[in-house]
Amino acid sequence: MAALRCFLRSGKPAMEVTVRDALNQAMDEELERDDRVFLLGEEVAQYDGAYKVSRGLWKKYGDKRIIDTPITEMGFAGIAVGSAMAGLRPICEFMTFNFSMQAIDQVINSAAKTYYMSAGLQSVPIVFRGPNGASAGVAAQHSQCFAAWYGHCPGLKVVSPWNSEDARGLLKSAIRDDNPVVFLENELMYGVPFELSEEAQSKDFTVPIGKAKIERQGNHITLVSHSRMVGHCLDAAAVLAKEGIECEVINLRTIRPMDIETIEASVIKTNHLVTVEGGWPQFGVGAEICARIMEGPAFNYLDAPAVRVTGVDIPMPYAKILEDHSVPQIKDIMFSVKKTLNV
Amino acid sequence: MRKMLTIISTVLRGNAGKNGARAVVAARTYADFTQQATFDIKKCDVHKLEEGPPLTSTLTREDGLKYYRTMQTMRRMELKADQLYKQKIIRGFCHLYDGQEACAVGIEAGINLTDHLITAYRAHGYTLTRGGTVREIMAELTGRRGGIAKGKGGSMHMYAKNFYGGNGIVGAQVPLGAGVALACKYQEKNELCVCLYGDGAANQGQIFETYNMASLWKLPCIFICENNKYGMGTSVERAAASTDYYKRGDFIPGLRVDGMDVLCVKEATKFAADFCRSGKGPILMELQTYRYHGHSMSDPGVSYRTREEIQEVRSKSDPISMLKDRMLNNNMASVEELKEIDIEVRKEIEDAAQFATTDPEPPLEDLCNHIFYNEPPMDVRGTNPWSKLKSMS
Repeated sequence: MAALRCFLRSGKPAMEVTVRDALNQAMDEELERDDRVFLLGEEVAQYDGAYKVSRGLWKKYGDKRIIDTPITEMGFAGIAVGSAMAGLRPICEFMTFNFSMQAIDQVINSAAKTYYMSAGLQSVPIVFRGPNGASAGVAAQHSQCFAAWYGHCPGLKVVSPWNSEDARGLLKSAIRDDNPVVFLENELMYGVPFELSEEAQSKDFTVPIGKAKIERQGNHITLVSHSRMVGHCLDAAAVLAKEGIECEVINLRTIRPMDIETIEASVIKTNHLVTVEGGWPQFGVGAEICARIMEGPAFNYLDAPAVRVTGVDIPMPYAKILEDHSVPQIKDIMFSVKKTLNV
Repeated sequence: MRKMLTIISTVLRGNAGKNGARAVVAARTYADFTQQATFDIKKCDVHKLEEGPPLTSTLTREDGLKYYRTMQTMRRMELKADQLYKQKIIRGFCHLYDGQEACAVGIEAGINLTDHLITAYRAHGYTLTRGGTVREIMAELTGRRGGIAKGKGGSMHMYAKNFYGGNGIVGAQVPLGAGVALACKYQEKNELCVCLYGDGAANQGQIFETYNMASLWKLPCIFICENNKYGMGTSVERAAASTDYYKRGDFIPGLRVDGMDVLCVKEATKFAADFCRSGKGPILMELQTYRYHGHSMSDPGVSYRTREEIQEVRSKSDPISMLKDRMLNNNMASVEELKEIDIEVRKEIEDAAQFATTDPEPPLEDLCNHIFYNEPPMDVRGTNPWSKLKSMS
């Protein structure tokens, strides 16, 4: 009934869109909007994408704009960067970011640093995108989170969407951005549907890079997360609410440049901080957040040490029981919240 | 006019010059020079090609003087850089190009400025041929604000229009160059990309990945291997199972070219450019050349090769001498005229060096600029939490 009312009023009701479709639509619209945008990567064209994210695009845009590459990451990432230097706007897909390690020199040394080294003569408008972090049962070599590695480097923007609105809006922003953007998706999120508002469905809807979003308001403790873990935080918050603990859940959306101001404002309000990420603890996203909180105005408002919930510090095992215990579960988040609040 | 007066006065002084006893009785005017001559050039070895570049090259007097001037400028600029480095006014890495001038000048003669070019770190010569000035290049080496990259790039990171550097990571420039070629094809402007690498880089995996994609997608890319016989301190025989670099592209046609002869390089480049522009895909050229300096300024260059070898190349194959002899022996220029060019070049280099040593270093305010393009100003963390530096686009 509500949907019908919406429809009659505006002609474009809020609809349920999976993250995969949100990414697909974002790319479709940007390909249409700007002739210089093109997509390259393994299986992106005729296979419709290894994870079907680029479904239908090759049929619509053809060989010139949707390019299947051989399995040669270093080579095709370099080619993508070179094409960006010469006036095109490539989207370079890594089948997973684990494979980007083979090409990481091109991402960092050829893409990220060039605008600086050339003192502004040579810009590199490129997007590197693909699934990042743990999946299900793919074991150690296919499960690494690269948010911290890429987030370390000046000259890059690093984005990590959680839901469909994030995916759609941030990908459009990334493609329109004149700088190298590393776009970290999550395979387990591809099939998850979320409601997209009418506004979010518009062709010019973008989500600004560098701004975090408060997904849930709360007064007792701040939870900061990115990507899939945002959902876990919201689930934990729902359970904790029944016990009278109100969590404020912040979706980082962008790893670099990080919106520390939003986190600080929240911590000043709640006096407690727990960061949650899927990646390893050492030198990770949470470590950076804690360091910055210490160095900024929010430190004096902390009633307890800021704490990180992270993946276990091991290569990802295969067996389901082991894998399940290698990444933060909702109970781990709840446990850390209660410890921090001393309840 | 000044040149003519010099010539006239020389003649009147009865100095017949080195041109052999020419019967020069009257003042030699411009019209007395041969305007154009055709020279035999070395045949190129070919790989997967029916025919190679022509066996002769026609040179106009005007072009000859232009190539001479450019090569001499390049030579003197590199030697001046050597000097400044030893005085510690240039620091860090400095990879000099002297000996290889015919490559940069010959290549540029075979393409247009609207074409694109990318190379590795031995890049000062190409920065010049692609439109950089000696002043900007030298000031970049000395790290001053008047440098071509405002002092922020240094020797290995110089850029100009349609020139993508200057790249420090061995081999990384090759996929980049193919990417530029992809953009050329995509944008349908009939432009191509010249993509250079050395004999050391030629063994890099990413280059073979690039050969594959460039060939599959018929990218308008001229791959050029500048084989100067040594990858840093390792001779080609010790680094490569196959030193036939022009064949290493396998399914890509190749040419092996005398890289010390500017005319040979020019004809080969024109041949390669025609091939590319006709839509046949990439082509590979190996330029056999030689560097007089070591790999970089921290390498004396004599621990892995003999001084005799270096001297032999200098006396028998120097690219500038070769062009000079050709022009003089064919009455395309006079000794005085070339000397005049030498003097002008020396002055240009001196002026540039003067600028490069007196121009101030970049202002500290520039430290954090140029992180992102087309972005509002942002804060950058300094060395400590209280240090918030400003970054402009």
